[in-house]
Amino acid sequence: MSDARAVGDEEDASGPDGACGVDTAGAAADADAGFIDVRELTKTFTVRRRSGLLRRTATSVRAVDGISFALRRGEMVGFIGPNGAGKSTTIKMLTGILTPSTGRLRVAGVDPWQERTRLVRRIGVVFGQRTTLWWDLPLRDSYALVRRMYRIPRARFEENLARCVELLELGDLLDVPVRQLSLGQRMRGDITAALLHDPDVLYLDEPTIGLDVVSKARVRRFLTTLNAELGTTVLLTTHDLSDIEHLCERVVVIDQGRLLYDGSLGGLQEAGRGERTLVVDLEYEMPPIAGLEGARTVRTEGPRQWLAFPAAASAAPLVSRLAAEYPLVDLSLREPAIEDVIARMYGG
Amino acid sequence: MAEADRRPLVAGPDGGAFGAVLGRAIWAVRAYCFIAAMWVRSTMAYRTSFAIMLAANFATTALDFAAIMIMFGQVDALGGFTLPEVAFLYGTSAVAFGLSDLLLGSAERVGRRVRDGTMDVLLTRPVPVLSQLAADRFALRRLGRIVQGSLVLGWAVSRLELEWTAGRVALLASMVLCGTVIFGCVFVVGGAFQFWAQDASEVQNAFTYGGTTLLQYPPTVFGRELVRGVTFVVPLAFVNWLPALRVLGRDDPLGLPDGLDLAAPAVALLCCAVAGAAWRAGLRSYRSTGS
Repeated sequence: MSDARAVGDEEDASGPDGACGVDTAGAAADADAGFIDVRELTKTFTVRRRSGLLRRTATSVRAVDGISFALRRGEMVGFIGPNGAGKSTTIKMLTGILTPSTGRLRVAGVDPWQERTRLVRRIGVVFGQRTTLWWDLPLRDSYALVRRMYRIPRARFEENLARCVELLELGDLLDVPVRQLSLGQRMRGDITAALLHDPDVLYLDEPTIGLDVVSKARVRRFLTTLNAELGTTVLLTTHDLSDIEHLCERVVVIDQGRLLYDGSLGGLQEAGRGERTLVVDLEYEMPPIAGLEGARTVRTEGPRQWLAFPAAASAAPLVSRLAAEYPLVDLSLREPAIEDVIARMYGG
Repeated sequence: MAEADRRPLVAGPDGGAFGAVLGRAIWAVRAYCFIAAMWVRSTMAYRTSFAIMLAANFATTALDFAAIMIMFGQVDALGGFTLPEVAFLYGTSAVAFGLSDLLLGSAERVGRRVRDGTMDVLLTRPVPVLSQLAADRFALRRLGRIVQGSLVLGWAVSRLELEWTAGRVALLASMVLCGTVIFGCVFVVGGAFQFWAQDASEVQNAFTYGGTTLLQYPPTVFGRELVRGVTFVVPLAFVNWLPALRVLGRDDPLGLPDGLDLAAPAVALLCCAVAGAAWRAGLRSYRSTGS
C-alpha cells in the first residue's frame, strides 16, 4: 500500500517501486524494469463533422493525453477505466496497430510502430470481443496456421499446444469449428492461439467478458500459472474488477486519456476513500445508531441498519461496542465495491 | 507489401536492399499460399456443398453468355463484331476477371473488417496484411466462372477463322495474364480506398463486376467518352479490347493512338505500382486514425 500514489499531482511517474533512472540504467535494467515503457504517450484523433450543407469542421480529440507508466518483466497489471477512457487506444499503440502522436513507447526493447513485425513475434494479443481464430476452421487448423505464420519450430509448437490443451481443458474441442464453440471455449482457444509462439508479453482485452463463473475461474487459474511459471508479462483490461482482485497486485487507472492512479489495489481503495459497511441486525426497530466513533449510519430498514466506516479501519472495536451497547442479533461485513471506489475517483 | 512500417531499407553488407524486398515478397506469397491451402482443405471437408456452389457459380456466369446468344438470334453483328468475335471478348474478360477474383477477390472485405474490428487482428500477426486478407476465405468455387469463360474462349478460338501463329498465341496468353493483373489491381485499389470510405465496396463492384460485363461487349457499342475513360483512367480497355483488336486483325475503330494495343504489359506494371502505393497509403492512414 505504501507504493500507492495518486498520480496527477506528481510530475514524473517513474517506474514502479521507485525504479527511477531507467534512462541512465544499462540494457539489463532496461530489459527488466522498463520491459514495457510508456512515456508521455499521446494520441490525437481528428474528427470531422458536418457543420453545414457542404462544410465540415475538424476537431481534434485527445484519446490518450500524456500517459506514462512502466511494467517490470513478469508483472501482471490491470489496466482499467470507464468506456472511452483511452484503454483500447493505448493497447493498440502498445501492440503496434496504431501510431502514437507523440511520446516514447518501448515494448521488450522494440518500438511497436517502427517495427511491428518484429514486435508481434514477441507479444500475444487476446481481444475478448472478437476472436483471432478463423471462424470456419477447427481449432486444430487455426493453430496449424498460427504455427506457420510465426514459423514456430514443430517441437516447440507441440509442447506449447499440449500445455495449453491440458491446462485449459481443450482436448475435446480441437476438431470443432470455431463458430460452434461456446464463448468460454472460444476464449480458451484464443488464449492458446496467443501463446503458441512463446510471447514475452500477453495483452488481454476483456478476457472474461461474457464468461460464466466456471470459465472465468479456469481462465484466471491459467493466467496465474502462466505468469508464475513462465514469467510472462501480462497487461489486462477488464470491466470485471473481480478479475483484477484475483489476478493483479497492481492497477493502472486511466480516465479521459489521463493516468489517474498507478499502484496497489489496496491503495486504490484508499485513494478512492473506500468504505466498508457493517450490516447490523437488531432485536427490534431503533433510531439510527449514533455516537460510534468513525462510523455513521447510512441506511435503516426496520431492525436492520447499515453502518459505513473507513476501509482502512479495523471492524473489531466497532463490533465490540455494538455488542456491548445494542441488542445485537446478527451482523455481516461488506467490502467496498471497487466499482464504487473508481466511480468516486472519476467523480472527484 | 504491407510492411511499409519496417525501417527504411538500408543496403546490407551483402547487397541487402533488393534481397530484403525479394525476401518479403516471397514470404508474402508463401503466407498467401498456406492460408489459401488451409481454406481449400476446409471447404473440401464439405464436398457436396462445394460441388453445388461450384455448379451455381458456373450457371450464373453462363447466363451472361446466354444473353449474348439471344441477342445474336436477332442480329448478325454487334457493333460490327460477329458472334465468335464477341465470344472472344467475353472469354478473355471472363477468364481474366475470374482469375483475379479467385486470387484477390477477398481484398474487397477491407471495409467490413475495419467496421467489425478484425483488421486489428490482422495487424497483430507477422504476415503482410494483404496476404492475410486476400487469402481469407479463399473460395475455389470461383473456378466456376473461369471454367465457363475458358469454354466460351475455346469455342471462339475454334470458330474464328484465324491463323494461330506463335505471335498470336503469345498475345492471347499475355492478354489473360495482364488482364488478371489489371483486375487484381482494381481489387487492391478498391480495398485500399475502403480504409477511408468503409462503404465503398459498391463503388468498387461497379469497376470489377461492372467492368467485366462491359468488356464482354465490343467497344464500338459504347460511347467514345466511356471508351476513353476505361482506356486512360481505369485502364480496363487493356484487359481485352485493345489487344483483341490486334489478335482479331481489325482496324482500330476508336481512333486511339497507335501502339496502345501492345501496351498491356506496361500498363499492368504501372497498375501494380499504383495499387501498391494506394495499399500502403491506406494502411498507413488506418494505423494513424484507427477507423
